[in-house]
Amino acid sequence: MPEKTLPHETTVPEAVSTAMKSGAGKPRSLGQDAWRELRGSWLFWSSGVLLVLFIVMAAFPTLFTGVDPRQADLRGHYLAPPNWSHFFEADWFGYNGQGQSVYARTVHGARASIIVGVCVTLAVTVIGGLVGMLAGYFGGWVDALLSRLTDIFFGIPLLLGALTLLQAFTHRTAWTVSLGLATFGWMQIARVMRGAVITQKQADFVTAARALGAGTGRILFRHILPNVIGPVIVVATIALGGYISTEATLSYLGIGLQDPVVSWGVDISAAQSQLRDAPHVLLVPASFLSLTVLAFILLGDAVRDALDPKLR
Amino acid sequence: MAETAKNEEVSDVVPSTAETTAEVEAVLDAPVDRGEPILQVRNLVKHFPLTQGILFKKQIGAVKAVDGVSFDLYKGETLGIVGESGCGKSTVAKLLMTLETATSGEVFYKGQDITKLSGRALKAVRRNIQMVFQDPYTSLNPRMTVGDIIGEPFDIHPEVAPKGDRRKRVQELLDVVGLNPEYINRYPHQFSGGQRQRIGIARGLALNPEVIICDEPVSALDVSVQAQVINLMEKLQNEFELSYVFIAHDLSIVRHISDRVGVMYLGKMAEIGTDSEIYDHPTHPYTQALLSAVPVPDPAAREGRERIILTGDVPSPANPPSGCRFRTRCWKAQDKCAEEVPLLAVPEVFAGKKTLAAHDSACHFAEERDVVHAA
Repeated sequence: MPEKTLPHETTVPEAVSTAMKSGAGKPRSLGQDAWRELRGSWLFWSSGVLLVLFIVMAAFPTLFTGVDPRQADLRGHYLAPPNWSHFFEADWFGYNGQGQSVYARTVHGARASIIVGVCVTLAVTVIGGLVGMLAGYFGGWVDALLSRLTDIFFGIPLLLGALTLLQAFTHRTAWTVSLGLATFGWMQIARVMRGAVITQKQADFVTAARALGAGTGRILFRHILPNVIGPVIVVATIALGGYISTEATLSYLGIGLQDPVVSWGVDISAAQSQLRDAPHVLLVPASFLSLTVLAFILLGDAVRDALDPKLR
Repeated sequence: MAETAKNEEVSDVVPSTAETTAEVEAVLDAPVDRGEPILQVRNLVKHFPLTQGILFKKQIGAVKAVDGVSFDLYKGETLGIVGESGCGKSTVAKLLMTLETATSGEVFYKGQDITKLSGRALKAVRRNIQMVFQDPYTSLNPRMTVGDIIGEPFDIHPEVAPKGDRRKRVQELLDVVGLNPEYINRYPHQFSGGQRQRIGIARGLALNPEVIICDEPVSALDVSVQAQVINLMEKLQNEFELSYVFIAHDLSIVRHISDRVGVMYLGKMAEIGTDSEIYDHPTHPYTQALLSAVPVPDPAAREGRERIILTGDVPSPANPPSGCRFRTRCWKAQDKCAEEVPLLAVPEVFAGKKTLAAHDSACHFAEERDVVHAA
C-alpha cells in the first residue's frame, strides 16, 4: 500500500508556524506542569523547608548539637526544666529522668523515626499500589486471589502483627521495625488503589488508548496511574505519621527500638510516666514528631494538587 | 423533495413517492460502482456470558448483544448504523475495533480477517482503523496535555512520525480540526465539548487511518455544535478519503452524513440500503416505526402524519424471541415469523423489480410504506 500523505504535510499552515515560532507550543508534560505549579506554592515551600531541616537533622545530627544523647548525668540535671534562651545548647529543652539532654536526644532521634516513617510509607505505597493495581486492572482470578490475600492481612491488626513478627528478631534496628510495619500495613493502599483503578480502567480514554494499540504497561502507567495517584498520596502521607507513632508504641511495648537506640518513639514512651512532673520531656519529641508528620501531609497535599490539572 | 399527496395503497411496483418514474429509473440504471469493500463484516456474533457463582463460575446463559451482523463498507463512503439503545450498535463498533473478541464471525479489512489477529499484526491493522468516541468528557485523559493526547498515537506507532517531527505534526492536526495550534499545552478540561470532540477526532486522524468508526460522535454535544462537528467530519472525509462507520440514534444526522444506512434491532440488522432506500422506501416494519418517530418541525405536516406506535418493550437480548426478533412488537406478525428467521436479503416481492424498495430487508412480509412523507 503506498503511504498516503496528508495534504497539509507539504506546507506548514501559517498558524502552526507562528505557534512554533512564538514558542507557545513547546510541549510540556504533566510532570513539568506540576513542578511549575509547585514552585509557586507556599504550601510546598514551607513543608519542603521543614522536611529538609528534619532530613538534614536525621543525616547529620552533629551539625545541630555536639552533646552525646546517651551521656547521662543525674547531678543537678534530673528532670531539669528547659532553658528557652539557651539556643542549641544541651539544656535548651531541659533534661530527662536519666539526666540526658532532651535537645540532643531529639536531634539524634530524628534519624530512626524518619527512617521508619519514610521507609514504611514507601514500601507500603509500592507493595499496596502494585497489588491494588494488578487486582483492579486484571480482575478475574488475579483480583480474587489478591483481594482475599488483602482481606487476610486486614484481619491482623498492624500492632499485633508487627509485635509477633519483630519477636523473631533479637537485634532490632530501624530497618527491621520498618519491615515489620510494612508487612502488615500495605492493605489500605491496596484497597484504595484497587477501587480507583477499577473506576478508571473503564474510562473511555483507556479504551481509546487500547484502540490505538497501547500495551498494558503504557495503559497502566501513562493513563491509569496518574489518575489514581491523588487519593493514594493522601492516604500514604497521613499514614506516615501513624507509622512513626506505631514505632513509638512498639518501643513502649518493648518490642520496637530499644535503648541505647535513640528515637522519638523511645523517648516519648519513656517520658509518659513523668508527664505531670516534667511535661517538656514528652512534649519536645512529640512536637517534633507532629511537625514532621504535618510537613509530610502538607507536602502530599501540595503534590496531589499539582498533579491535578483541574485544580490549577 | 416536494410533498405530494401520498397514495395510501402500498404499491409493489413503482413507489408512489415524490420522485417521478424517470428519476427512479435514472437512479436504478446508474452503474453502482463502489469499488472494493474496505471492510467486510460477515455473521459477526458477540455473546456476553452470564455467569453464576463466585469462585467457580458457571455459565447460565448469554446476552446476545450482536447476533449475526453482516455488511460491507466501501472506500470513501459513510455507513450509518441506527437503532435504539441496547440494540448492539456500540458492540459492533467495539468488535470492528477488536476491542472485544468476537464470539464468531469475521471482519475482513482488505481481505484479512482481523478478528483472528493479535500482537504486531493487530497493531498494524489498528493504524488503519481508528475510532471517535461518544463522550468527549471521558474519552480524553484529564491528566494529559492536548499535545500528549494527540501525540500518543505517534509514541505507540513510532514509524508514523519521526521523533523530532511530532510536535509539528500535532500542531498540524490541531489546525486541521480547526483548533488553535497554540493550545498544545492545555488540558482537556480547558476546552468546551465541541472542542474536545475535535481533539478526539485529531487523535483518530493522527495515524492517517482509512476507516474511522464513530460511535455516536455527536450525541453528547449541543445541537449547534453537532452541526460544526458533522461538517468537520465531512470535510475531513473528502480531504483524506476516509470511510466512516457512523453509529448514532439521531436519524436526521445519520441521513445527512450517510451514503448507506443500516438499521439494527436487538443484535441483528433489520434493513440496509442507501439513504434514499431506507428513508424514502423503507420496507421493514421496524424501520417504518422508527422513521415515523422522527420529530417533524413543521406543525402543519405534523397534523396529518401517521405515527406508528409500537407496544411493549424491547425483549431482553439474553432471551430473544424465536424467528424474527421484531415479531413481538410487530403488527404484521404471523406464525411464520416465530418459526423462520427472516434473512437479510432483497424481499421476494421486490426481487428483480426496478424500485428503490428492492434493497436488503429482513422481513417475511416486507412492503413499502413511506412514513416520512406521509400526510
